This record gives sequence, C-alpha cells and structure tokens, in this order.
Amino acid sequence: MVEVLSAGLFTTIQDLGRYKGLAWGVPLSGAMDQTSAGLANALLNNRKACAVLEMTLVGPKLRFHCDTEICLTGAALQGKINETKAVLLNQPTMVQSGDVLSFGKSLWGTRAYLAVKGGFQTEQVMQSYSMYAGITSEGNIEKGMLLPIQAFSEKNPPKKNSLKLNKAHFENSVLNVFPGPEFEYLSEGQKEKLLGRRFTISKNNNRMAYTLEELLENELTPIITSLVQPGTVQLTPAGNIIVLMRDAQTTGGYPRILQLSEQAMNQLSQKRTKDWVGFDMVDY
Amino acid sequence: MTVKLGKYSLTYKKFGPNGILIEWPKRIEEAILYEILAFQEIITSEYGDRVMANHAYQSILVGFPTSDFNFEKEVTILKQGYENLQKPSDKPYTIWKVPVCYEATFGWDLEALSQQKKCSEADIVQLHTQTIYTVYFIGFLPGFLYLGGLAPELFTPRRASPRLKIPAGSVAIGGEQTGIYPSESPGGWNLIGNTPIVLFDPMKEHPCFAKPGDKIQFYSIDKSQYEEMKQTNWIPESEVWHG
Repeated sequence: MVEVLSAGLFTTIQDLGRYKGLAWGVPLSGAMDQTSAGLANALLNNRKACAVLEMTLVGPKLRFHCDTEICLTGAALQGKINETKAVLLNQPTMVQSGDVLSFGKSLWGTRAYLAVKGGFQTEQVMQSYSMYAGITSEGNIEKGMLLPIQAFSEKNPPKKNSLKLNKAHFENSVLNVFPGPEFEYLSEGQKEKLLGRRFTISKNNNRMAYTLEELLENELTPIITSLVQPGTVQLTPAGNIIVLMRDAQTTGGYPRILQLSEQAMNQLSQKRTKDWVGFDMVDY
Repeated sequence: MTVKLGKYSLTYKKFGPNGILIEWPKRIEEAILYEILAFQEIITSEYGDRVMANHAYQSILVGFPTSDFNFEKEVTILKQGYENLQKPSDKPYTIWKVPVCYEATFGWDLEALSQQKKCSEADIVQLHTQTIYTVYFIGFLPGFLYLGGLAPELFTPRRASPRLKIPAGSVAIGGEQTGIYPSESPGGWNLIGNTPIVLFDPMKEHPCFAKPGDKIQFYSIDKSQYEEMKQTNWIPESEVWHG
C-alpha cells in the first residue's frame, strides 16, 4: 500500500490507455508521455500494461506501507527518500516499509512517472487503470488515498538495469507531424505559417489539450462532427490551434489540420506554459 | 432478403501513423449510417480484435496497433469489403422510450424558446416528443448520443455564452441537433427538460442503453413521476420494429 500524504499539483494513475470505450465516447487516456512511462516499467521488468503514477510539475508526498522497488522517469522532480536520499532518475531503487518519498522543484520536463514493482493495483474500469473523472471513481489522486501495490523484497540483488538520460526528449521543440484530414484545404500561405513559425504554449494546457497562443487565420468551413485522436491538431473558427492530448474527446467538429507523431505527443507532454514548439512535416 | 449497399464514392486517407480514415460524402443521412454500421461489421469480421474501428456521421477510423501496416494492402481489403456490403432488408431496430420532464425546473430555456418561436411551451414539447430520432454515434462525452431528426421548427442557435455547469440528464437543443447531457458538464445548448434515466454506466458491459442505429422517442412526464423514476433507477422501455 502507498499512502498519499499530499497530492501534488495534478497526479493520476495511468497506463497504456482505455481502448475498449471509444465507441461509447470514452477518451483513450493513458500516460501523456508513453516513452517515459514505458521506460519506468521496463527498468523494473514490469509488463508494459502496468499502471504508473503520473505527476505534473509538483510531485506528491507518499508513504510506503510495504517494501518495494521503484523507478522514477520523465521530468526531473528531484525525488528524495525520507528527505535525505536522492532517488536517481532511470534507476531502480529499493524502498522500505515506512519510507516517505517526496519531491522538489522540476529541473526539467513537466510530467514525471513513478513505477512500482508489479504496478499500482488501483481500480480497473473498462480494462484500464487510467484515471478519468466519471469513468474511474476518482479523477485524480487526493490526499489520504491508499494506493494498493504488492510487497516486494529483493533477496538476491540482480544486476541493476539503468538507462542514461535522453535529454533530447525534453529539449526538442520541433514536433514531427503528419498532414491531418483537412490539411489539404489550407491555403499555401496558411500552410507556410503553420509549418514555418514558432508557437507559444498558452496557459490552457492539460491532459485533454494544449492550446497555442498564436492564431492562424482560418477560412475553412467547420466539418460535420467527425473522429479525432490524441495528437490531432484542430483549427477553430477564431483561428486557435488546439493540440488534442490523451484525454481528448473522441469526436470533434473543427478542421483537423495536423496529426502529431507518437513521439511528438510524448515530447509535447513534457512542455509547459510559455514554452515554444514548431511543426515539422514528415512523410507517412 | 438482402439489400445491396456500397453505392457511395468513398475516400481512404491515412490519419495519423496508425490510422485509415474512411469518408463518405459530407452529409448527414440515414443511408450513410446504415452503410457505416454494415461496414463496421465487415471490418470486425475481417480483422477481429486486431484493429479498433470507431465511427461518426460519415466516417470510420480504423486504428492499427502499430504504424508498420501496409496502407495500400489494407485499403484494397477494405475496398473489397465495401463492394460486398449488404444488409438484411428487414433488419430489426429498437425504439427506446425516454421519459423527459419538460417543467421549468429543468427546461431553463423553454420560456425563451417559446418567445423566440412565437409558440407555446406545450407546442415545443409536442414537436420534440412526436419525432422518432435516430442514434448516429456516441461522442463528445461518454454516453452522449448524437441524434438526428430534430424538427426544423425547433432549430435554435447555441447560446452566445456557454453555461459552465449543465446538470446531468439535461435534454437540450443546439443548432440543428437535440441531445441529452449524460454527465454534468459545461455546454452551450438550450435546455428544454431533463430525463431521470442513467445514460452512462462504465461498470456495465454495455455502458449506454442505446447504440448507433437505434431510435429514440421522448415522452413527457411530470415532476413527481420524474422523482419516482429517478429513485427506482428507471430503465427506458423499448420496442423492436422490423422494416
């Protein structure tokens, strides 16, 4: 069991996503940065589908009620055990019953991941652990919650996995994109602006979508409500550019001008308000 | 007896690294919906669980598990499926009877609508309940049914500024559409009533009572019936029709 002593800014349980609910309008969800979340599981030899804790800019404070092995990846939130021992990123670390894991300021990145041996065993709804308000009974982690995990003690310490930090994952601001279904209807001028300039991330950025500050004049007619995916870039009638993220709704009526690559989505989710991004078109 | 479908000219586009977007002409019509439902069945029988397919008014998105699928090959398979598309001529369909309380407690915009339309509130309720609506697909929010068939007399623009909180169960009109808010959410549609039924339950194998292709008809109830149905977790009654 892991006890939540404080919740942090926005902390949720996430996994690969909820693929079974699309037809009922249920968002896909899942870890925003699948690369980092997957790395945390891989370093603990967990299954890919194991649930991890996703933390945003300000980490929670957690008390372990059993021994286990943990791994931190993603944003550098300066994890510490019992306020003293630093937990290295991308490096499995043993914790003992009673240990308290706390975090400091983010040195880089926006979303950090905590994996535990065997994964978090919280409520599973429609074959996914990913928290989403209205689907799971809690939409995010709150103070006082108890998160079930399996106890794990190391008897014969095996050779430790660890992985060098890939800083490019956090520093890259040029996102690889594919044309969206309505890209071809943009004028040459609009295409040039879209692919040629930098955009600033507005304060409206969360698990559902990142809205960019700069506008792109829009003369496209709205489309008949159609399908969208995480990574779809929409253009609103007012010219706002909206990048849909993992908790995006399943359908939308704005023209879909671009589609982020999987890697671009993972990289964007490590960005925050006022960071800049650009779009680089790649071939399918 | 079967009816031959597959009469539209479709486009097949890559949408994202893992997806093929199949699009019908840009129209909302039942004939397209029935093609989409039949095509979804073909896709399921062809691919099983290997792909995820979801649809809206005039499109299907087929999602492959990885980006290394062969686009040309898969499009050929899909096109063959479309050419053989057919449906039984008397495919049965379900009509769900959905109770709605149109009293002012719930129908916040009913009075404004009646002034705008220069007709009585009873006329609006009459128009709204006499139509049999078609469920096209579920999107926007978990359990939000996109319904087609609203009487043109009831077309009403969305409110200039959306409300921050619309109660779950609200029955509303937005533009040329009518719908039910399955959960509390912000929204810009005009509220005309509220249904006591549960529209979405993630714990059920079928989280929504209705599915695309089903029909819905609303009927008017009073506040006391509303309260009673709410307390007893009323499940809408249904009839199966052939045609």
